[in-house]
Amino acid sequence: MQQGMVRIEAGGYTPLFRDEGGPPFIAVDAFLLDQYPVTNGEFARFVASEQRWAPQNIKPVFADSNYLAQWREVAPQGLEGIENQPVTNVSWFAARAYCDWRGKRLPNVDEWEYVAMASEEAPTVGDDPDFQARVLQWYSTPAITRLPDVQDTWRNYWGVHGLHGVVWELVNDFNTALVSGESRADSELENSLFCGAGAAAAVDPSDYAAFMRYAFRSSYGARSSISSMGFRCASDVPGAKGVNP
Amino acid sequence: MGSVSVRECRFTKKRLFCSAVISAALVAFSAFADAELPVIEAVLTAAPQVPPPIDRDHPAKVVVSLDTTEQVGRLADGVEYVFWTFGGTVPGSFIRVREGDLVEFHLNNRPDSKMPHNIDLHAVTGPGGGATSSFTAPGHTTQFSFTALNPGLYVYHCATAPVGMHIANGMYGLILVEPEEGYPPVDREYYVMQSEFYTKGKFGEEGLRPFDMDEALSENPDYVVFNGSVGALQGDNSIHAEVGETVRLYVGNGGPNLVSSFHVIGEIFDTVYVEGGDLVNHNVQSTLVPAGGSAIVDFKVEVPGKLHLVDHSIFRAFNKGALGTINVSGDANTVVYSGQQYEGIYLPEGQAEQLVGDAHDAPASPTATSKEERILFGSRVYERNCLACHQSQGQGLPGAFPPLAGADYLLNDPKHAIAVLLEGLSGEIEVNGVTYNGVMPAVRLTDEQVANVLTYVLNSWGNDGGVIEVADVAAYRESR
Ligand code: HEC
Ligand SMILES: [Cu+2]
Repeated sequence: MQQGMVRIEAGGYTPLFRDEGGPPFIAVDAFLLDQYPVTNGEFARFVASEQRWAPQNIKPVFADSNYLAQWREVAPQGLEGIENQPVTNVSWFAARAYCDWRGKRLPNVDEWEYVAMASEEAPTVGDDPDFQARVLQWYSTPAITRLPDVQDTWRNYWGVHGLHGVVWELVNDFNTALVSGESRADSELENSLFCGAGAAAAVDPSDYAAFMRYAFRSSYGARSSISSMGFRCASDVPGAKGVNP
Repeated sequence: MGSVSVRECRFTKKRLFCSAVISAALVAFSAFADAELPVIEAVLTAAPQVPPPIDRDHPAKVVVSLDTTEQVGRLADGVEYVFWTFGGTVPGSFIRVREGDLVEFHLNNRPDSKMPHNIDLHAVTGPGGGATSSFTAPGHTTQFSFTALNPGLYVYHCATAPVGMHIANGMYGLILVEPEEGYPPVDREYYVMQSEFYTKGKFGEEGLRPFDMDEALSENPDYVVFNGSVGALQGDNSIHAEVGETVRLYVGNGGPNLVSSFHVIGEIFDTVYVEGGDLVNHNVQSTLVPAGGSAIVDFKVEVPGKLHLVDHSIFRAFNKGALGTINVSGDANTVVYSGQQYEGIYLPEGQAEQLVGDAHDAPASPTATSKEERILFGSRVYERNCLACHQSQGQGLPGAFPPLAGADYLLNDPKHAIAVLLEGLSGEIEVNGVTYNGVMPAVRLTDEQVANVLTYVLNSWGNDGGVIEVADVAAYRESR
């Protein structure tokens, strides 16, 4: 196992939106997930070695102009103060390239949502309203300017830190929930994301936190760099059935 | 994974469908728009102000640029809430265009937002009222255009999942599409929008209060307010008119749940544009404003005084904040309204004990953990329960209310004041050599509030300190 990763045992979860005829429960194979979100310091080492991902070199097709905007505010030659904070303002392209460079990959939605169901004590919280309320409260607090160091963040059952309450996290297949321009009548997904009427399509219409993640994922594109969005990497467990295309 | 590919293929299908529609529409518009229409930057106003009436007799391309923000703000005195807004205010900026205008809409989501947002304008004919074309991630901006085909007063709101929560946090406002011929002129126009807030904790409970989903689901708000907070249309924020003027209120209801029975105490609406549309009604006492709907009401103010705006579902007005004031100044007209013609004492037998102050089931103020907190919380209790008589600097009113600042009566025996508050006080007393003979009603407060307000009094306006503890109040209650 790569250093800094934890093993997530096989399991599964009930997605917020279920397709008719689709499985009510999505199985997830065992995989490895970074214990912490990727930090500014780690991302800086990547950029130092792969110069084309440096802010001054990146091609506009791979990231918008917010790319690594937080680096501009700190001293040009160091990342003093933010080194151990989660890196944000990275595009999906850049995050993928980073994980690739580390010999890893981005987790997919199903993997991420599966791990996100874990509380401190259990791999799946079920409908614990307290847990949902805690997560929801973070989502509804304005973005704080100072992020915590990754070591100081909340740890769940799997030993994964900071999955909720720190930054939104990129996933590999975010655009499966993509909603960009569409008539309401045409798709239940948009119905559910854009108007109350479609909430019937959601398995648990009271899981507001999940609604927000789905909505958030559908709001960005592969170039988007957002000050409250970071990522972590995953990889397959040798021998476990592959889940990654 | 099967389900993923199903989702993907749906996505592709709708993507194709939609881009076809949009590009066709854009071609049609842009040829027309850019060639002929003058371009105007929309004037946006925060409630209760309304942009000036439109004096154009031809359509224009109106550019609207609106920011979405997430910010902490005041919901009531001592109560804060994280508001999500259009334009930095709740309700969002008022937008005013003319029937036939081409509106170019820019939605800018501030970089420090945590949520994506979009906008659904009920004035738009098209998919999602603009929602699908304006879905905007934090730190990004989107643009779409629409032609204002139907005149009327329309609500706009955020329509991002979970919609209820985006609305509950403050994301709504009004857009007025003036008919080509305009509305009849009036002397004053104001923007009033009702909405509810669902918070953890009861009405008035101090501190930063998070959204309470259970209350929202059971449609049981702690706050029902006009213009985004308790008191946003009262006191110094009241709206104003002169006797003889005509007033028009653009009334909206953001909901998210409740329907408003909008009423102005002491007025009859001469004209109501029912639900903000073409139907005109006259001589209306209360008009229904649906959640996600509006009404335009016109009336002429005939007599001076205060007119109170309420949701006539009346507990909302008196216990949840749905109150506003129009101050009407000018000369009295005793034919229209006589004013009081007689006042006297009416004392039926078995007169009940007089009590003023917070009802006993009002939420307790927070528990103070230090003298400083006692003073801070006590100052709020003072403002609500004592200031009316003892005045803002504790100076009292000569001949009526004794002072609390430098008052020997109080300072010689501060604990006696506990009795004064809990039992009331009447009969002759002497304060600083002056005799008072009034009635101070008992004040209904919790032990905590009594301790806080007296500690505040003892440490204010030059009084030389001291603390009344909750235990002192409890001990007094035991002893009686
Ligand atoms: C309705 C008017 C009214 C309100 C409200 C009121 N008081 Fe008084 N208060 C009086 C009057 C009148 C007296 C004098 C009674 C008498 O003449 O016997 C008085 C007397 C007192 C005294 C003793 C006299 C002195 O000056 O020291 C204290 C102490 C006092 N009030 C404190 C308070 C506090 C604290 C509050 C708020 C919690 C409060 N009062 C609210 C009218 C009021
Ligand atoms: Cu929103």
